[in-house]
Amino acid sequence: MKNNLQLLSGNEALALGAYHAGVRVATAYPGTPSTEILENMARFKDLYAEWSTNEKVAMEVAMGAAYTGTRAMVSMKHVGLNVASDPFMAASYTGIIGGLVIISADDPQIHSSQNEQDNRHYARLAKIPMLEPTDSQDAYELMHHAFNISEEFDTPVMLRSTTRISHSKSVVNVNRSRPAKNKPAAFYFNQQKFVMLPVYALPRHAIIEERIVKLAEYAEKFPLNRIIKGDSKLGIVASGIAYQYAREVFSEASFLKLAMTWPLPEKMIKNFAGSVERLIVVEELDPFLQQNIRAMGIEVIGKEFIPAVGELNTRIVAESSGIAGLLPDSEKDDILSPAEGLPRRPPLLCPGCPHTGIYFTLNTLGQRSKLVASKEPQEPKLVVTGDIGCYTLGTYPPLSALDTTACMGAGIGQALGMEKAGVKSKVVAIIGDSTFMHSGITGLVDAVYNDGHITIIILDNRTTAMTGHQEHPGTGISAQGQETSAVDIESLARGIGVKDIKVIDAFDTNALRESVKDSLDRPEVSVIIVRGACAMRVRKRENPRKVDVEKCTQCNYCLRLGCPAIQGTDDQVFIEPTLCAGDICGICEQICPQQAINI
Amino acid sequence: MEKLDILVTGVGGQGVVLASDIIGEAALAAGYDVKKTDTLGMAQRGGSVVSNVRIGPEVRSPMIKDGEVGLLLAFEKLEAARWSNYLRPDAIAIINDYEQPPLSVSLGQGKYPTDGEITTALKRRTNRIYFVDGNRLARELGNVRTVNILMLGCLSVFTPLDADVWKKCISQRMSEKLRDINLTAFGKGREEMENVRIK
Repeated sequence: MKNNLQLLSGNEALALGAYHAGVRVATAYPGTPSTEILENMARFKDLYAEWSTNEKVAMEVAMGAAYTGTRAMVSMKHVGLNVASDPFMAASYTGIIGGLVIISADDPQIHSSQNEQDNRHYARLAKIPMLEPTDSQDAYELMHHAFNISEEFDTPVMLRSTTRISHSKSVVNVNRSRPAKNKPAAFYFNQQKFVMLPVYALPRHAIIEERIVKLAEYAEKFPLNRIIKGDSKLGIVASGIAYQYAREVFSEASFLKLAMTWPLPEKMIKNFAGSVERLIVVEELDPFLQQNIRAMGIEVIGKEFIPAVGELNTRIVAESSGIAGLLPDSEKDDILSPAEGLPRRPPLLCPGCPHTGIYFTLNTLGQRSKLVASKEPQEPKLVVTGDIGCYTLGTYPPLSALDTTACMGAGIGQALGMEKAGVKSKVVAIIGDSTFMHSGITGLVDAVYNDGHITIIILDNRTTAMTGHQEHPGTGISAQGQETSAVDIESLARGIGVKDIKVIDAFDTNALRESVKDSLDRPEVSVIIVRGACAMRVRKRENPRKVDVEKCTQCNYCLRLGCPAIQGTDDQVFIEPTLCAGDICGICEQICPQQAINI
Repeated sequence: MEKLDILVTGVGGQGVVLASDIIGEAALAAGYDVKKTDTLGMAQRGGSVVSNVRIGPEVRSPMIKDGEVGLLLAFEKLEAARWSNYLRPDAIAIINDYEQPPLSVSLGQGKYPTDGEITTALKRRTNRIYFVDGNRLARELGNVRTVNILMLGCLSVFTPLDADVWKKCISQRMSEKLRDINLTAFGKGREEMENVRIK
């Protein structure tokens, strides 16, 4: 096949690589920076792609497919693997029949996550092979190898990306094509392999210990682990995006580029270490390579000067190496500081966002502005446990509406925990529709079963908004655009045993206020479904609201909504007509004490 | 060309990512190695957006080192000032003369910089600063949303890539409905910058 150069993101390259490797089942739950992998897979019509309810289910669906001899792939963000870790560990034990590749896209720098855990440890924990691309070309090629390794060694393979790999574009030589349809899916009876009862699991453990030894031998010959001979004074071991930074900073040094980072090629590393005067590791986050190389008895440094927090870049690698004496000091000259005093521009809830009204309600009912203003820690009158999604942005002023955010679905359990511990305040858990499907249902069951009194507010905007509007079980549309069965949140809550269920229009501030007050006073679990479409999905923006300057007293109450369309420069508030969502929203009009906002 | 590091910045919704994608695709079509990366922050709208595009014979890091940006293309003035320290000496800065105050400014918690302050920040590195009234020009063409392609037209005259390559790559990324108006916007941007350069 002749050269076909394309500029692809890491995620696009992973998807195309998987397609060309013959994947027939692809699953995922959306999560930055992994989302586009499944989005790209879903565009191919000669395979099955699904948005799963959560990463655990996604992993299980992919495992099931792999058991039938079908090549399957599951992709997720780093914290998604925490959710999926139970079947992930089991998949290592059972092994596969058709290739199974698990993509973990980590988020150093926490661009859009709750932590920056280093998921390379998971490959070691599960005793499975791990591959790491340094750019989109690697991503495309490694996918081919990943499936071959998976089938040759009867193991799931982890492919670890990071935000900077997934969301950077680079040139890919697309030189493969999709193989003709492989043999039909078939599952064959094999209890010793697939039923992890103690009597079968213990022998499987012995098999995976043998497997990892064989994989370590294979790593020595893995074609994408490469030595790049340079100056023998300094040898650098690197993988992932850190390899690119290090190559740019140390243009003369010798390199060991590791594309397979678990298990490690011990002989290759020892030979490389022996060929250079000094050995360092340049890696993002934890000293994973460094510690494992040191455990081989090799003298190596890295995290003594390369930061473990945040993502790296060429500046950080150059400066920290300068400090460590590995580079001349000239690297530090001529750096400017950022211009001072510039206002930040953090992401915001959009104009017309269906979350603004409920957050304004919670802010005012709970008198939360006082909490922010107070110098001493205060007990909120109304505790609001939060969750993960666009609505986490309601944490910021002026809404200041959330007290906690930990992980998907955590808010409901946390709310119940506070109540059971005996906190004086009323407790509300707030969760989006997609997050509720992902991890909120079991929390709700727990609250009902254990006779909680908390109020659970489900923000139902009919999409997974934050990651770019993916479908979910509540929307009734599949990842590939087919109409399917929608799970009805109201019936679901009723079936679980919730008696007080209210469905409220997200843009009706009076109804929001009354319903929250009513639910808070009830000695039972209450569910309030706040329903309103995501503003970014509403195309009609008719009748932008205006401020009547004759009536406006400049009280600035409307600015407490945090709506980006309401701007207050030069003392007079005005509404930017190109940003205002108009008739779909109208919240500012409802709350203005002077009735000074209208069409 | 040894290398060219381009930083494109603006506010969510202004089309920064599409513009930088087109730069990358044009560079690839012209035979260069390319890497580009976008930083979007958490939400899709309203936040600062920045794209790094690196072009050259061989590109390693997709992110540009501070002090090495050769071309800065800003769709919003404050965002131009925010990246002033990334410029290399004598860089070219092309700035849409358009102001979108962040919420903190509306709430009285911050002050939007004056044109003088923005220029001073940039002049720490370069005097080659071009303000373009992009929103007005795009509006006059009939669609203010073409401002990103109009600004791309401004940038294009400072690159070694042929106008035809740019136009082909723009056409490939536009629906039929929007193709002509965007090609017109691109041409308008080139024209505008040719005029500025003669001065």
